[in-house]
Amino acid sequence: MKNVLKIALKAIWTNKSRSFLTMLGVIIGVGSVVMLTSIGTGLQAYIEDQFDQLGANTVLVFPGDPFGEGGGFNRESQVSAIANSKLEMEDVGDIRRIREYVKIAVPFVTNNEKISYRSEEKSITLIGSTHEYPDVQTNTTTEKGRFFSKTENESKEKVIVLGYDVAEELFGNIDPIGKTVRLGSQNFKVIGVQKKVGGSFGGPSFDTYIFIPIETYFKQYDTRTIVEIIVKTKSTENIPESIKAIETQMLKKYKEDEFSVFDQSQILDTINQILGVLTLGLGGIASISLVVGGIGIMNIMLVSVTERTREIGLRKALGATPNTILLQFLVEAAILSVLGGSIGLVIAYLGTLAMQAFFPAKVTMDAVILAFGVSTAVGLIFGAAPARRASKLSPIEALRYE
Amino acid sequence: MLLKLDTVSKHYHMGSTLTKALHKVNFEVNKGEFIAIMGPSGSGKSTFLQVASMLAEPTTGKIILKGKDVTDYNEIERAHLRNKEIGFIFQQFNLLPKTSALDNAALPLVYANVSYSEQIKRATQILEKVGLGDKLKNTPAQLSGGQQQRVAIARALINDPAIIFADEPTGNLDTKSGQEIMDMLTQLHSEGKTIIMVTHEEEIARCAQRQIKFKDGQIISDTKSKKT
Repeated sequence: MKNVLKIALKAIWTNKSRSFLTMLGVIIGVGSVVMLTSIGTGLQAYIEDQFDQLGANTVLVFPGDPFGEGGGFNRESQVSAIANSKLEMEDVGDIRRIREYVKIAVPFVTNNEKISYRSEEKSITLIGSTHEYPDVQTNTTTEKGRFFSKTENESKEKVIVLGYDVAEELFGNIDPIGKTVRLGSQNFKVIGVQKKVGGSFGGPSFDTYIFIPIETYFKQYDTRTIVEIIVKTKSTENIPESIKAIETQMLKKYKEDEFSVFDQSQILDTINQILGVLTLGLGGIASISLVVGGIGIMNIMLVSVTERTREIGLRKALGATPNTILLQFLVEAAILSVLGGSIGLVIAYLGTLAMQAFFPAKVTMDAVILAFGVSTAVGLIFGAAPARRASKLSPIEALRYE
Repeated sequence: MLLKLDTVSKHYHMGSTLTKALHKVNFEVNKGEFIAIMGPSGSGKSTFLQVASMLAEPTTGKIILKGKDVTDYNEIERAHLRNKEIGFIFQQFNLLPKTSALDNAALPLVYANVSYSEQIKRATQILEKVGLGDKLKNTPAQLSGGQQQRVAIARALINDPAIIFADEPTGNLDTKSGQEIMDMLTQLHSEGKTIIMVTHEEEIARCAQRQIKFKDGQIISDTKSKKT
């Protein structure tokens, strides 16, 4: 066996450039499988992390039925549900009165708006809520200044709290507290800047949000409807009962399809399901390249067997048994694919590290083991046919081969 | 008696026609003999070499090597037998390209489960014996034809086989190199090695102590020269 390994390594080494080109298929295959699955799993981990920050005892009340009809999280139905929302402040009060389960309930409205300070203008996501919003959204704390108060909300004060990135971009080194910014058509006074949350690879993040009192929001946009009610339950154990109680309360006023109540685990499950399918799909597509890599190995091994027909004949004449020859070529194919797999893995790992700067990619042990196993299997499976052919050669015929 | 072929025939089917490459050949070799096999092409001398050297199985007849009937040996047993008892020298040298003289000479030991350090030790000794002690690391491309054939001789000798089969050993060499190779074979013979050599050159055949002529798959003459 040691001898066979040595022969195989020598054969690979004497044909360095050809061996490398053969491995390239496996390198790309394994590299892309690991890289793409690491994007998928990284995304999943990131989202779970975000949900964790929300707290386990959070229950959300949405207008419409975003999880209905077909089960998936349908974006279009969600958009139309928000547009046709009938939820209002009264409902927040009603839910708050379910004292047995509910600790706190906070309304939530959102809109896209432009904010400007002097010549700097920026498109942001505007969030309207009450002074209790920081209590439900535990990952947003005010770093500079303060969040708006209950009185400021009730008296519809034009005060604003900026997300970290918004403050950074509008003000740079200037202290924003006390400055006046223009939000849409109105002037607002900056009273606080949120702490940096970070994360969120190019998509929306709390750092790009701004917060104003919900009553001020209602006045500015001439509306009374809210798009979401965030509820904190008293404990994490009785979430199902809490949901039931909120639903019973809501049904007094709304039809069943006009609202939905769920806790984050349901949303998380749906998102994870989608991401799981996505990861599998990406991995599947990448696997095709792995198979193509395997075919490359088979091709080269077949060429190699033909090219080395005389060598095989000689080895057999000098005492190599068919099994030794079979093993030699099989080991050669396996080394090519395992080596290719390892290089692909290293490249994928480096690629993932590079991606982590702006994307939460994560190489999992599963992906590594899978890619390694598959590439070895690819080598053995696609190496088997050429190796068998080599082992079956008659020494006389092979020696006569020109 | 070292090797005996007892009424050995080898028949091939070429499409629908049956070719009797060897037909009821009886042949015996004693230890230390140097035999030249001669005959026109198609006379069966190559087939004889293949059957006698365990590369090919006879269609009928018996082969006795060192007193053992090896006729019915399977492929694996034959491979082991060739490894241990047979040395090959080919017309085309058949050295592994891009491989050093040392590793080429050691090749039979790879299949004899000999440790690498032992392989190197024995290959070095044997290459020194054939006068290539200063070319151990050279690849075949860096050696002349005569030197390549000497590496092949070293390879044939390394496992100390019972019989050395040489198939036109000088066929690919110029006269001078050919003479050197023949001198080497004669030297080996004088050291007691058993050599069976196929050649079509009378002059080369005269180096051997016994000449056998083939025609139409049969031995037509078997003469011993008085020289040795």
